[in-house]
Amino acid sequence: MNPVLQVIDLQVSYYTDTGRAIALNGVTLALSAGEKLGLVGESGSGKSTMALAMMRMIKPPGRIEGGQVIVGDTDLTKLSNDDMLKARLSKIAYIPQGAMNSLNPVMRIGDQMADAIRAHDPKADKFAVEDRCVGALESVDLKPSVYKMYAHELSGGMKQRVCIAIGILLKPQVIIADEPTSALDVVTQRQVMETIDRVQKQIGAAVILIGHDMGLMAQFVDKVAVMYAGRLAEMSTVRQMFTTPAHPYAQALISSLPSLDNKGVFQGIPGLAPSLLRLPSGCAFHPRCPHAMDVCTTKRPELETLDDGRRVACHLYPEKA
Amino acid sequence: MPDLLELKNVTKTYSRGVLSRTSTTALNDVSLKLAENEPTIMTVAGESGSGKTTLAMLLLGFITPTSGQILYQGQDISRLSGAARVSFRREVQAVFQDPFAVFNPFYTVDHLLTVPIKKFKLAKNKAEARDRMEEALTAVGLRPEDILGRFPHQLSGGQRQRINVARALVLKPKLLVADEPVSMVDASLRANILETLRSLQRNHGVSIIYITHDLTTAYHIAKSIIVLYRGSVMEAGDVDAVIKNPQHPYTRLLIDSIPWPDLSRRWGETEIKARESEGASHGEGCKFAPRCPFAMEQCVTPPPLFQLNKHQATSCYLHATSPQIASEQLSELLPV
Repeated sequence: MNPVLQVIDLQVSYYTDTGRAIALNGVTLALSAGEKLGLVGESGSGKSTMALAMMRMIKPPGRIEGGQVIVGDTDLTKLSNDDMLKARLSKIAYIPQGAMNSLNPVMRIGDQMADAIRAHDPKADKFAVEDRCVGALESVDLKPSVYKMYAHELSGGMKQRVCIAIGILLKPQVIIADEPTSALDVVTQRQVMETIDRVQKQIGAAVILIGHDMGLMAQFVDKVAVMYAGRLAEMSTVRQMFTTPAHPYAQALISSLPSLDNKGVFQGIPGLAPSLLRLPSGCAFHPRCPHAMDVCTTKRPELETLDDGRRVACHLYPEKA
Repeated sequence: MPDLLELKNVTKTYSRGVLSRTSTTALNDVSLKLAENEPTIMTVAGESGSGKTTLAMLLLGFITPTSGQILYQGQDISRLSGAARVSFRREVQAVFQDPFAVFNPFYTVDHLLTVPIKKFKLAKNKAEARDRMEEALTAVGLRPEDILGRFPHQLSGGQRQRINVARALVLKPKLLVADEPVSMVDASLRANILETLRSLQRNHGVSIIYITHDLTTAYHIAKSIIVLYRGSVMEAGDVDAVIKNPQHPYTRLLIDSIPWPDLSRRWGETEIKARESEGASHGEGCKFAPRCPFAMEQCVTPPPLFQLNKHQATSCYLHATSPQIASEQLSELLPV
């Protein structure tokens, strides 16, 4: 099956007063239609930068320095700014972190949704637009009456579902959800995730779920990509990741998870995430890695495909000859 | 000896506007006790709108209850004056949810620590103040030389949250009200902050009221738990019993909705009933009835607490065969 999304060697840097911070350093991944990928990592590991770069929404002092983002057969990095405006929402949609706070408080929900359609199709018939909006609201399990409401009349979970409805209005091929439930409680979180799951099946889009909640990943995605300091450390199926994580950082992440069996055991990951301004030499994880070897301090491990299909960047897994 | 903290049938209602008759009961007849000599960690859990934060605000004395009393060491906190009020302010401390919002970006983080030291005259001179600060920072696992003199934007969310805990610690509190202290920090830092809180309880004799919607962290840190829904106690007791063997339909729904990082434990198949918007108008009866799959006719009258075993009670007619207890007795069955 042809991948619907291909990210090839994506590079993003932020130019700050104290130097150049390399936020994304050669990330390559591919996703087929209907697949769900979880992108996990600590704060500052480049998860959100990855989402913004795919949307081409990196603002100065940040810059996309290289690489390609291909959706279907369009290379988004080669589009003009006007064409990119059209591509957003119709090819690739983004549900930002705390999306529920992004609704305009003085505009009706329906008008905000209609805006999104008009931006892509200025001649659209008024009633057709309304039908589409109400349809989108129904697909996220909201009543048509929400169309006439204001944001303050809705609860947090409902606002988040409105944002999902806006995201799917134009049936994009790729949906990026950046911590869509981080501000919601568990019951609402489950409703929102079930909503994303359902609409994804309806329109057959590929979904990238960004977050640090491994529990949510275990319940929702098919594949997990672990990011560390702007690079992919490991990419495996969710089963491989939770049963036999390969990269030492992924192992530490998995063993720091709380469960009902080890009450009272808190196992954090020792050390702090490295500064992107001064990355350690070789493998960026080596100062915190329990398995660090001499080679780790000098040579950066490349992402290699292992026999079981997973991809790992670690010297513990020797390159195939 | 009076208890450290006692809530006597505390109810808080918010009314909207002067003329409007609609009012929201944020907390409904809650009674609990914390003993002075047995520091414990008690969790108050529930989804948004369950009254958790209202409870925190009441405990800190920021708002006064509509009816009922909150006693601190035997004295009503709304009537404290003079020296008693100052010592209440010092001994009851808070850690809030958002580690980004509590810092003033124009001051270095030292400011957050020096102000309480000055206000409560905890140090005689600058050197002693500095010792106090370093001691508190070390206790929460931070290196003072890395932290002091820095601005908030130079620190990570986890560091800032630990500074908040350190600030509370400088004052040598007896009670710490932690309102969602880890919901905004990374999973890998969560463990550190929870460990810090637990060592406060163990080594510094601080009782902690841990307010959260995250039952996994509650399970790991707390001894006892109170589950609230729309201001009423749904279930309470020993944290192991409540989380491993939930009896109230609401607690079951909450636990069923936790995304366990475990592939063999899928998200529950139980349907989530009702939207949040509905059920806003509920009558006198069980607050959960409009969403409850087991709702019966008798649920229109408010259910009392039924004691299930030594350390667990639930407010649900499904357990009507168990002995009833008065809501004032609730804290007697919470383990410390």
